[in-house]
Parts: sequence; C-alpha cells; structure tokens
Amino acid sequence: MTISARHLVPGMLMLAAIGAAVVSPRSGYTQSAPSSGSQPRVKQYQSPKGAQTEDDGERVFAQNCSRCHTAPDSFPPRISGTIVRHMRVRANLSQHDEQVLLRFLNP
Amino acid sequence: MLLHTFTRRGAHALRLASLGVSLLALVVAHRAGAQDTPLLSGGVGFFTNTPGGNTSYFPIIEPLAALPVGPHLLIESRAALLETWSPNGQSGYDHSHFIGLTYLQGDYFATPHLTVVAGSYLLPFGTYNERLSPIWIGNFQDGPLIANLGLLSTGTGLGGQLRGNAISRAKYSIDYTTWFSARSNNSQFSAERSFGGRSSLYLHEQRLEVGLSYDRSLQNTQENFYGTHVWWEPKDTNFRLRSEFARGHHAQGYWIEADYRTAAYGGLNSFIGRFEPLFRMQQTFRRDTIVSDGLPLVNTQRADFGLDYNLPHNVRILTSYTRQFSSTSNENIWETGIVYRFLFPVWRGK
Repeated sequence: MTISARHLVPGMLMLAAIGAAVVSPRSGYTQSAPSSGSQPRVKQYQSPKGAQTEDDGERVFAQNCSRCHTAPDSFPPRISGTIVRHMRVRANLSQHDEQVLLRFLNP
Repeated sequence: MLLHTFTRRGAHALRLASLGVSLLALVVAHRAGAQDTPLLSGGVGFFTNTPGGNTSYFPIIEPLAALPVGPHLLIESRAALLETWSPNGQSGYDHSHFIGLTYLQGDYFATPHLTVVAGSYLLPFGTYNERLSPIWIGNFQDGPLIANLGLLSTGTGLGGQLRGNAISRAKYSIDYTTWFSARSNNSQFSAERSFGGRSSLYLHEQRLEVGLSYDRSLQNTQENFYGTHVWWEPKDTNFRLRSEFARGHHAQGYWIEADYRTAAYGGLNSFIGRFEPLFRMQQTFRRDTIVSDGLPLVNTQRADFGLDYNLPHNVRILTSYTRQFSSTSNENIWETGIVYRFLFPVWRGK
C-alpha cells in the first residue's frame, strides 16, 4: 500500500479548513424542520409538560431525521403518522420517540 | 455509477408489486387513521457523469410507497426506473434502461423496542445502503467505492430482521439490527444466504454516533465482512462529518465525507445559505487479487469535491469534481445532477 502525501495532504487541509469554518456558530439548523401543512408546528401556549414534549420532539427530529436528509418543505398532516412509522423503522426509533416525533410534526 | 446501488430485478416484479400495493391500498383505505394515510414519496433526477471526457446521462425516478395497515404494521417499498445513455466509443450513444424494486418489506411493531421486518429488505451493513442511497438524500451522485463491501452482491436480503432501539437515555441511546437472509436465485428477489447485524451508540450531547456492522455469507465460499462507522455533527453548527470503514476477505477501504452550510448570511434559506460545499476522501486496498466485492482491482485513492445547492420546493442541484489515483490510471470525473423530492398522500383524506 502506498499513499502519496501529495494526495492525502490536500484532503487533510480541506478537512481542517471545513472544521475551522464550523467554529462560527449557526443561527438555526432547525429552520429546515418541516411544517405540517397548514397547521402551526409550535403551539401558542404550552404547559411545562407540553413544552418538554416539544423539546423532545425537536431533539428526536434533529437526531434521527435531519442528520441524514433535509426535511421536506411541507407535507399534509394526514401523512405525518405514516412518515413517522417509516422513520421508526429506518432510524430504529423507540415507540416513545415515535410518539414524541409525531406530536412535534403534527401538534 | 448509479447502477451499483440497485439490485437487478425486472419489470415483472414491479408490476406484481404495484398490483399488490393497489389491492392492499383498497383494503386499508377505509381503516386509515387521520394521520396514517398511505404516502408516495421519492425522487426524480437527471444526472450526468463525465469520466475521462465522455459524458453519460441518467434520468431516473425512485418512488417510495408506504402503507400503514392497522396500528402495528407498515408495508413499504422502493423502486428504481433508470435510463442510461452512454458514449459507444464511436459517434453515438448506447441506450439501456433498468426498472426494478429496490426493496419490498413489511414492518411489524411488536413491542416498543422491537420491530420485526419480513420480505426483501436493504442490508443494514454500515450506513450508506440504508440511509444515504436514495437519490434525494445522498450528497454525491455516486456512492462510495466501498459501498458494495458487505452487501453480498445484491445489496438486499430476503428473509427477516429484528431491529429497534435497545436503550434510550437522556445522554445516549443504543440501537440494534440483526437479520437472516435465505438464498434466492429469483431474478426479482435475488439474495445470498447470509446473516449479520449492526449496532450503534449515539451520544446526544456530543452528537456523535459510533457503530459496528458484521455479516457473513453462508453460501459457496463463506466470508466475513466487518464495518464500522462514525458520524459527528458538532452541536450548534451546520457541519456534518460522516465516515465508514469496511473490511472484507479480499479488500478493505474507507470514506470520510464532510459537508457544511452557513447560516451567517441571512440563514440557511438565504441565497448563500443554500450552498452546501462537500468533500469526500476515500481509499480502497486490495488484500488479494480475487475479485468478489465490487471494489477496484488495484489500490485506489479518490478525492471528491462537491458543491450542492438546495433550492426551494425540495429541489437540489448536485455537482462534483473527482480526482482518482490508482496504479492503472489517474482520472478526472465530473458529475452534475438535479433532483426533485416529492411527498404526498396516495389519496385525499378527511
């Protein structure tokens, strides 16, 4: 096995440059989180428990959905349950996480 | 390029599956809950690939259907319809087409932490096959060089899986997948007799995932395949780092991919924020000259530089330049493409 330094060095430099770029914080990757059709995703008033569920749902979404793909711009609420079932299989979600995610997508 | 991600199945399988799905849709139509309407999703794309100055063209449709049946069952399937125009070395182009099912499986949610999968399914080895192979997800048009390692020629299994989330805590979670596949020479659902598994640990605060994969072919020359993957998305950034290493009996290799979007100039949906620069480094190493895994015949190094643009309305433009080094030849590869991702209910709901 021979790995030429002229091949690897540019690659490593590129990675280092990208790594350095991420030091600048972002203002919100969750902007790309889906809205659920015509329904608002965030409730106007939430009990502390409801707020916790919202946070959990956002966490589950970020960790299991948007890690792999950009969220669709929007989708009808009546397919949100089907989407979440698909994600339960593909992302190995627990039933609890599936329910939290469903409430997040379709409050 | 694209063909290696698809299993070779015929149009007959697609017609049979369409008929089955249609019948099932009729059965479940009146039982679907308010949020459980069957959906049709997928991607429509047009790609070009130019290695060594010769450009090929690939229009493609990848539909995905998902049909919930009752509270515990989901039927899902993905297909691929691909046309190819490649230079024939003279003055024209050769045309070929491919149509077939990628997978067709039933998912039964047995317990909160166990899902039983049966049918023809994507082999859960590493991360690329299950997570990144759909055209509307992958950042690069073509898969990594080691994408076929551990996928046992077909990329799919015919049998069953047990999978789910084993442990979910505030700071970490562990998931698992184990599967067994029967041997099938059916051209529509070909598979090797084999078994395997994958498990991943995800640390929530660090946004770090580490996983291990293993599978073993149980027919003809029995071989083991090992894989590991590391994914990292630093918190509060739009940077993603993904990597995989896989080792087979005759070859091994790795890939590392980084992508980034900036929100510094008006957010991710601004003109600048929609750009997504990419870099992927990959190497393959032959352990012997027996070729059975789809990897290059000689040690190969490859650097992919990409620039994607995320348009509104689920449209994405993919571009990349690749420089490949090997003892047989060095090569430049240019790729461009545009993908539209669709997602809608199969029928109008209440």
